Amino acid sequence: MDVHLEREDRIIQSNAKTVKELLKELNLNPTIVLVSKNDELIIEETKLNDKDIIKIFPVISGG
Amino acid sequence: MGCNTCKTKPVIELINNDTKLCKKCFIRYFEKKVKKTIRNYNLIKSGDHIGVGVSGGKDSLTTLYLINEITKNNPKIKLSAILINEGIDNYREKTIKTAQEFCNKLNINLNIYSYKEEFGKKLDEVIKGKHACSVCGVLRRNLLNKYARENKVTKLATGHNMDDETQSILMNQFKNNIRVSARLGPITGIRDNPKFVRRIKPLYFVTEKEVATYAFLKGFLDKFTECPNNSDSFRNKVRDLINEFENKFPGTKHNIINSFIETLPLLKKEYSKNSHEIIECKTCGEPCSQNICRACQTIEIKFQ
Repeated sequence: MDVHLEREDRIIQSNAKTVKELLKELNLNPTIVLVSKNDELIIEETKLNDKDIIKIFPVISGG
Repeated sequence: MGCNTCKTKPVIELINNDTKLCKKCFIRYFEKKVKKTIRNYNLIKSGDHIGVGVSGGKDSLTTLYLINEITKNNPKIKLSAILINEGIDNYREKTIKTAQEFCNKLNINLNIYSYKEEFGKKLDEVIKGKHACSVCGVLRRNLLNKYARENKVTKLATGHNMDDETQSILMNQFKNNIRVSARLGPITGIRDNPKFVRRIKPLYFVTEKEVATYAFLKGFLDKFTECPNNSDSFRNKVRDLINEFENKFPGTKHNIINSFIETLPLLKKEYSKNSHEIIECKTCGEPCSQNICRACQTIEIKFQ
């Protein structure tokens, strides 16, 4: 499955079965990212499939 | 498991109270929370001219959008937007364009002021990286207050959210700056002063993740931009610490804010008796507590 890391502007591959598993794999804190599946926001327990397009957005923008 | 309210597909899990909400229910929850903050703290009154400090990011656009929604049918409340262009290459140009388009769409007047015109140089020409935030913050606050006052703005609304405020509270604790914390809260300041425009924070009780979710669902931004100078500052260390705690102990941010809100009236009372006298800066005439304000001291060191 393609996972777009919006902050780094790159795409990686993952076989994670849920968002929770994916964030753990990437060592990302779920309280500071948004995750979308096929352009719709999803929560940690959402199941993922091989054909899904996943995007991860950082929520922090301040300086 | 679906949305706690209507059982449809959830878009967010509110970490502090184990609630899942769908798009429609989350938007309603978020707007209700912001309106409640405005009402409970009397942030906006009839006769006010609200100036929203916008950067083109999710927080300020959300603030502008919601204040416009709340006030657009009230002819006794005026709304405008102020943007400070610090001069940060490959960042600010994009966010200015976003802010301009957003204001045009809502038919809100946007006034833009820049460091280059005010101080003769762009921020990038003076400082870059991790030390830029403190210089930038001092100058931005100075210009926002100056131009809000000159434009007869009665309240300056900013996009500060719960995350920003919890960071400020802990930073002041870690640096023994409780006097500075007394000026925080949903409406800033300790005493009225005609030269200081009071700041209001309608997003005070919503987390940064909630603001990002709202901005995403409303389609305000196609991409969240991040300031290139947003690197290794003290604030970032405190932010990481709080976010780590929030992940391990859900509700940490709400607990910091709620306990602070309980003590804030006592802090304001204590420091209103004891606060430094407000005088005018001998260089620029802006209000400050020393002969030369921090903005002029910064300009003297960095911009001359």
